[in-house]
Amino acid sequence: METRETLLRLENVSRAYGFGDRRFTAVEKINLEIQAGEFVALLGPSGCGKSTLLRMVTGLIAPTSGTVYYRGQPVRGVNPYATMVFQSFALYPWLTVRDNVALALEARGEPRETRYSRAEQLIDLVGMDGFESAYPRELSGGMRQKVGFARALAVEPELLCLDEPFSALDVLSAEALRGELMELWTGGLLPTKAILMVSHNIEEAISMADRVVVMGKQPGHIVSEFKIDLPHPRQRKAPAFEALIDRIYGAIAGRTEPEAKEVGTPPGAPGLTRILPNASASALAGMLEHIHEMHGGRCDLYKLDEDLGIELSDLLQTVEMAEMLGFAQVEAGDIQLTLLGQIFAEASILTRKEIFAMRARRLPMFQWMMKMLKAAADQSLPWKVFFAALSLEFPDDIAEQQLDVAIDWGRYAELIDYDDRDEVIRLDPSQGRAVDLVR
Amino acid sequence: MIQRIFRPPAPVERWFGWSDLLILLLVGVVIYLGIQLAFDTPAIVQGPQISLHPAALPYYALLSLGRMLAAYALSMAFSIVYGRAAARRTAASQWLLPVLDVLQSIPILSFLPVVLLSLTAILPQGLAVELAAIVLIFTSQAWNLTFSFYQSMTTLPIEYREAAAIFRLGGWLRFTKVELPFAAVGLIWNSVMSWAGGWFFLMAAEIFSVGDRDFRLPGLGAYLQVAADQNDLQALLLGIGTLVVLIVLLDQFIWRPLLAWAERFKVSQVESDNPATSWFLDALRRSWLVAAAGRLLAPLERLSEALNRPPQIVDSLEPADEARRRRWLGRALGVGAAVVIAVYFGLQAAQMLIALPLDAWGRIGLGLAATTGRVMVAVALALVWTIPVGVLIGTNDRAARLLQPVVQIFAAIPATALFPVLLLGLIAVPGGGNLAAVLLMLLGTQWYLLFNVIAGASAIPQDLKYTTQLLRLRGWRRWRTLILPGLFPYIITGLITASGGAWNASIVAEYTQFGGQTLQLTGLGALISEATAIADYPLLLAATVTMVVAVVLINRLFWRRLYQVAEMRYRMDQ
Repeated sequence: METRETLLRLENVSRAYGFGDRRFTAVEKINLEIQAGEFVALLGPSGCGKSTLLRMVTGLIAPTSGTVYYRGQPVRGVNPYATMVFQSFALYPWLTVRDNVALALEARGEPRETRYSRAEQLIDLVGMDGFESAYPRELSGGMRQKVGFARALAVEPELLCLDEPFSALDVLSAEALRGELMELWTGGLLPTKAILMVSHNIEEAISMADRVVVMGKQPGHIVSEFKIDLPHPRQRKAPAFEALIDRIYGAIAGRTEPEAKEVGTPPGAPGLTRILPNASASALAGMLEHIHEMHGGRCDLYKLDEDLGIELSDLLQTVEMAEMLGFAQVEAGDIQLTLLGQIFAEASILTRKEIFAMRARRLPMFQWMMKMLKAAADQSLPWKVFFAALSLEFPDDIAEQQLDVAIDWGRYAELIDYDDRDEVIRLDPSQGRAVDLVR
Repeated sequence: MIQRIFRPPAPVERWFGWSDLLILLLVGVVIYLGIQLAFDTPAIVQGPQISLHPAALPYYALLSLGRMLAAYALSMAFSIVYGRAAARRTAASQWLLPVLDVLQSIPILSFLPVVLLSLTAILPQGLAVELAAIVLIFTSQAWNLTFSFYQSMTTLPIEYREAAAIFRLGGWLRFTKVELPFAAVGLIWNSVMSWAGGWFFLMAAEIFSVGDRDFRLPGLGAYLQVAADQNDLQALLLGIGTLVVLIVLLDQFIWRPLLAWAERFKVSQVESDNPATSWFLDALRRSWLVAAAGRLLAPLERLSEALNRPPQIVDSLEPADEARRRRWLGRALGVGAAVVIAVYFGLQAAQMLIALPLDAWGRIGLGLAATTGRVMVAVALALVWTIPVGVLIGTNDRAARLLQPVVQIFAAIPATALFPVLLLGLIAVPGGGNLAAVLLMLLGTQWYLLFNVIAGASAIPQDLKYTTQLLRLRGWRRWRTLILPGLFPYIITGLITASGGAWNASIVAEYTQFGGQTLQLTGLGALISEATAIADYPLLLAATVTMVVAVVLINRLFWRRLYQVAEMRYRMDQ
C-alpha cells in the first residue's frame, strides 16, 4: 500500500436530530479517511453513533454539517460505490435466496439472462450452492448472513460496509463466517477495495481489522485509533493480541471522572445532563459481587467480559453505572471496587438497597425527580410530565428509556414508585429507608 | 378457517379536535351539494322488471358479481394511491389520515339516498343507479383496505427500506418487490372483509325503493325482494341458495387460495404453526395449469421488466434539512382553503337547515333516540349469545370442529339479503316491524362479535388457564378473573364494528315497501328514507347530517376511549 489511494474522507461530519431546544447531536465533527486496501473497524459502546456514522458513509443518512467525500467527490444521496451487510440480514422473506441476490442485479438494470447466472456464481462463492431456491426463513442465521454477503458482493462494491454483521448469529456460526470472510478478503477474492465494519466486539475487531477506530458517546466522537499489524490468521491467545485487547478496553471504558463531571447536572440546568446507563440494579449487584469474590476487588475489564459472557455493550453500561454511583473506579482497562463497592458486595439485600438509595439520591436526575415529586400535590406526578421535561434535552426514545431506567433504579432503591395503570410516578413512602421500615 | 377479525386502525391520541370538526363540516358540505343536485331528480323513478324464473338467476348473480368486482377494483386502486400518499408525510398527507379516520366511522348507507338522488339528476337513470351502487360498495370496501395498506407502508421495517435504498431499487421495483409483497397479507385479509361488507351494501342498494322512486337494480338483491314480496317461497330459497353458492365459490376458489399463497409474504422468520391452506391451490400447484398460468404471466413479467428504470440518484432516507417550514406553509394553505369552502357552503347549508320547521327537528331527535335504542338492543342481544358460544368454540376443539363450518356458512349470507325473508315471517306479528328491524341489525352485527370472541377465547394463554385451574377458580369467579378480562379487548374491537353495522342497517330496516304497502317505524333511518320519498330535501339533509355527526361522536367519545383502555390494560397476547 505504498501508493495511497483515498477512497473515503469524512470532513467535520456531524448529525443532529430535532430543532431548536429539542436538538440532539448524535455524532459530532468526525474526521476519518479510508484508503484502498484497508479493513477498518468502528468500535464503541452503544449509543456512540457508530451506526449513524456508517449510514452517513453509505448516504442513507445525510450529515447535518460537514461533508462525506468519496474519491474526492461529495456524496449526494445514497453512495453508489458503497454497499452494506445488515445486522438483521434485511433479506426479503418473500424472495428465494436466488431472487434476493438477483434483485440487487435487477435494480442495476442487468438483463434477465445474465442476472441469474451471476447470482448463482455469488451464491457459490459464499458456499450456499444448493440453497438457491430456499426461502430465508428456512435458513439458519449464519446461512442468511452468507446470502446477505452474496447480495452485497453482487453489486461489486468498492467499499463494503458491515453493520455488526455477526452479532445476530450464534457464537459458532459467527466465528465460522468471520473466518470465511477473512479468507476471501486476504485472498483477494472479493471485488471490494476496502471494508468498514461497525462492531461492539473488541476481539472481533482486533482479529479482523487493520485499524480500529474507537468512538465515545454524548455526543458520538472519535476517541482514538489503533493500528493492528499482527499477521493473519491472528492468534487470540497471543500476548500481543491480549495486550491490544487491554489497551482498547482502556480506551473504550475511559477513566472515571471526578464526581461532579461523572454525575453531570440535572435536566433543565446548564451543563451536560448525563444519560443514565441502561443497566439494571440486579446486574450491578451481580457484577460487583463477582469482582469482589473472584478477583479480590480488581480485575481487567476484558477478563470480566470473558468471565460473565455478556455483551460488551451491556457490560460497559453496568460498569458505567458502578462508576456513576461511586462503587468502582475505571482506569487503563482495569476496574477497581471502591470501599463502598466492597461493602455493597458483602452486604445483605436490605443494606444493599439502602446503600444504593443513598448513592442514587446524589444523582442529579433523582434529585430533580424527587424535588418535583415533593412539590406536587399528594407527592405524585404523571409520567408524561417527566417525559415532557426530559424530551427537551433528549430525543423522545432516549427520554423514554431514561425514565425506564430511573424507574428501575428508583424502585430498587425504594425512592420512587410507578403505577403502570394510571401512569403516575409517586414518591415511595419509605423514601429509600428500606431497613427502617422492616424493623 | 376464515376469521373476520376487524381491528380498528391505531387510535389517534386525541378524541376530537378542530381538524375533526373541519372534516365533519366538509362531509356536511358534500351532502349539501349532493342535495342541491337532487332538486332536479325526477319525481318518479321507474324500477326494473324482475323475473322470478330460476333461469334468470345466473344472469342476476353475474350482474351482482360484476358490480362487486368493479367496486373492488376501484377500492384497491384507491387504497394503494391514497395509502402511499398518506404514508409519505408531506404537507398534504398530514390531512389524509384524519380524513380517512372520519370517513370510516360514518354510516355509509345514510349516504345512499343522497348519492342516488344526485346521480339520477345528472345521469341517465340506469347508469346513475349502477354508479350509485358501485360508489356505495366502494365506500364500504375502501377504508379498511386503505388503512391496511397505509399501515403496511408505515410499518415496513427500516432495514427493508435501507436495503432497497442501498441496492438502488427504482420506484417500480420497490413497489412490486418490496412494498406490495409486504402489504399483501394485510390486503388479502382485508379484501375478504371488504367483500363480506360489500355484499351487505350491494343487497341494500339493489332493493332500495322509496315512494314513487324505485331505485332497484336488476340483481340478486332485487330478486330476493320481489320473491318475498310475492310470497314465492321457492324463488326465495333459490335466490338465497344462489347467493350462498356464489359466496362459497368465491371463498373456495379465490380467497382461500390467495390466503394460502400469501403465506410466503409473512415477515416472521419462523415457519407458521398453522398456515392457511387451500385444497384448490394445492391442486393447482400439482397440475399442468401452473405451467399454463406461467406462460400466461410471462408477458406481464416482461412488462414489469420494461418498467424497471435504474435511478441515477437515490435519495437519502434521512435528509439533512427536514423542510419543516415548507410543510407548515403547505399545511396552513390547505387548512385555509378547506375552512373557506366549509364556511361558504356551510352557511348555505345552515340556511337550509334553519328553514326546517321546529317539529321536524323534534322528529329527528325522537328518531335519533329510537334508532340508538334499537342499535343498543341489537348489540346487547348479540353479546348475550355470542359470548358463551364464542368461548365454547374458542376453547373446545370438538365444538370448534362441529360449529365452525356452520357458523361460516351463516356468516357468509349478507344480512340485507335475509331481510325480505324476515319481513315475510314477521309482517303479521304485532310489532313485527320493530322486531324485524332489530333482528336485521342483529344479523348485521353478531358475526363480527362472534369471530372476535372466538379469537379472544383461543388467545387466552395456556399457562393462565392452568393457573386458574390450580387456584381452583370455577364458575363465575373463573369468568371474572380469566375469561372476561381476556375477552375484553376483543369484545370491544368487535363491538365497534358491530355497532357501525347496526347503524347502517337502520336505513334499510326502518322503512320498507312490502306487499304493496309501506312499513315505516319511528327512527332516523326511516326519516332519511321518507325524506327521499317525498322529496323533502331540508329534512334529508338534517337527518343525514344528524346521523353522521351522532355516529362519529359516539365513536370518538365512547368506543375509542373504551378501546384504548382495553388495549392498554387487558391485552394478553403481547
